[in-house]
Amino acid sequence: MATTDSVTETQETQEQQGGSWKGGEAPFKASYGKLMMWYFLLSDAFTFAGFLIAYGALRFSSPTWPVPDFVFSTAPFGVHDAPLIFVTIMSFLLIISSVTMVRAVQEGHRENKNGVVFWMLLTIIGGAGFLGCQAWEWNNLIAVEHMTVNTNPFGTHTEAGVYLDAEGNETDETFEIGDSYLIHKAGGGHGADHGEGDHAEHDYSVGDHPGYVVNEQGFLQRKFLVTDGPNEGSVMAQQFGPKAFGALFFFITGFHGFHVFSGVVFLFIIMINAASGLYMARKNGHEMVEKIGLYWHFVDLVWVFVFLVFYLL
Amino acid sequence: MANMSYEDSKKLVYKGLVLLAVVTLVEVFFSLLGKGHVIGGLEDITWLGYLVGLILIVLSLYKAYYIIYEFMHMRYEVKGLALSVLLPTVLLIWAIIAFFQEGTSWKNRRQQIEEKDKQELKEDKAKEELEGMRMGKTIEFEYRG
Repeated sequence: MATTDSVTETQETQEQQGGSWKGGEAPFKASYGKLMMWYFLLSDAFTFAGFLIAYGALRFSSPTWPVPDFVFSTAPFGVHDAPLIFVTIMSFLLIISSVTMVRAVQEGHRENKNGVVFWMLLTIIGGAGFLGCQAWEWNNLIAVEHMTVNTNPFGTHTEAGVYLDAEGNETDETFEIGDSYLIHKAGGGHGADHGEGDHAEHDYSVGDHPGYVVNEQGFLQRKFLVTDGPNEGSVMAQQFGPKAFGALFFFITGFHGFHVFSGVVFLFIIMINAASGLYMARKNGHEMVEKIGLYWHFVDLVWVFVFLVFYLL
Repeated sequence: MANMSYEDSKKLVYKGLVLLAVVTLVEVFFSLLGKGHVIGGLEDITWLGYLVGLILIVLSLYKAYYIIYEFMHMRYEVKGLALSVLLPTVLLIWAIIAFFQEGTSWKNRRQQIEEKDKQELKEDKAKEELEGMRMGKTIEFEYRG
């Protein structure tokens, strides 16, 4: 008990002097808010690292994996076969909005209210543009290419062979081991964009057909003749790619996109506050702008790694 | 930050913009090179794939360093703050090694199981062919039981 008493005593004396217990000292010479923002970002970094490492482990555990430059090769306005171009534009949007955020923080240090509002507005536009691009990318993957959290139509050939046509005869479409394919949904017009014309006249009822298999979800798995290796001469059908790909993609880019979204919301609130002169009155160099800036740069930082593992490698 | 003029720090920011944009473009170029889009046929060279992967990881880490140290002003913070935020991430190195090794071993196990399944299938077929003559008797025996 004696010890407790003496601790309370010291505490009281320190409080009188505005000591450590009363926040009289700033650890690491940083304010409470800034320090806690750093530690929040550290914990968030671990969450993202957990997600990305899970992606890596599942990718290593799978014999094949969808090739990013095949999966992400479409862009708006009917652009096809443009690998990684759209996602590079998305990266630039985040980098630019990060730079405008730095400018907002700099103007904040100079107590220049209008400068802060102007550069924050540009940052918000950059973030919203990124979200718009991501919405287009998701819509393309879900509505056009029919990828969901548990269906992955992006497959990889593990045999060399030649495709069969609807009647089961060989075509002149050959492929090698490691070539990628996208399993389309059966129906009229789906071949229009890969130069095969409309094949609406074929029978697309669920089941086994001479040249293809239509599964319950309506996916058309084309058949092919193996031309090399131990299975030479046998007829096989296209298989779906590793299931985990869709779930990992939507969860990880979705989690990052949600960070961008909440970042945009907070940027907006802080921009309004800055415009009202609230931070001018505090006379601390617009520290709130600096804190949301830390968060916004972190979102850009995470994208560096999401970009690396999902799109580049 | 404190000992730098406003004009200088403004210049530094736009230097950062150019730097990050260029590094990103270089990354995309290397990625496409490794996948055989720039020069056809390169995607079949295994060691080149590993080299490109290594270059991409190093460049990404450089971008991360630049964002943290310049944009997030870690360079101007007290050393203790930088260490307390950055050192814990070192733990991730072990997580990466452990989980990637685990993933590879899942793949190997699955392959082993598939191979064994194929073998057993063949052995079963061989047995059936051998015991084909006795099939009738077995059915009779089961019927009585």
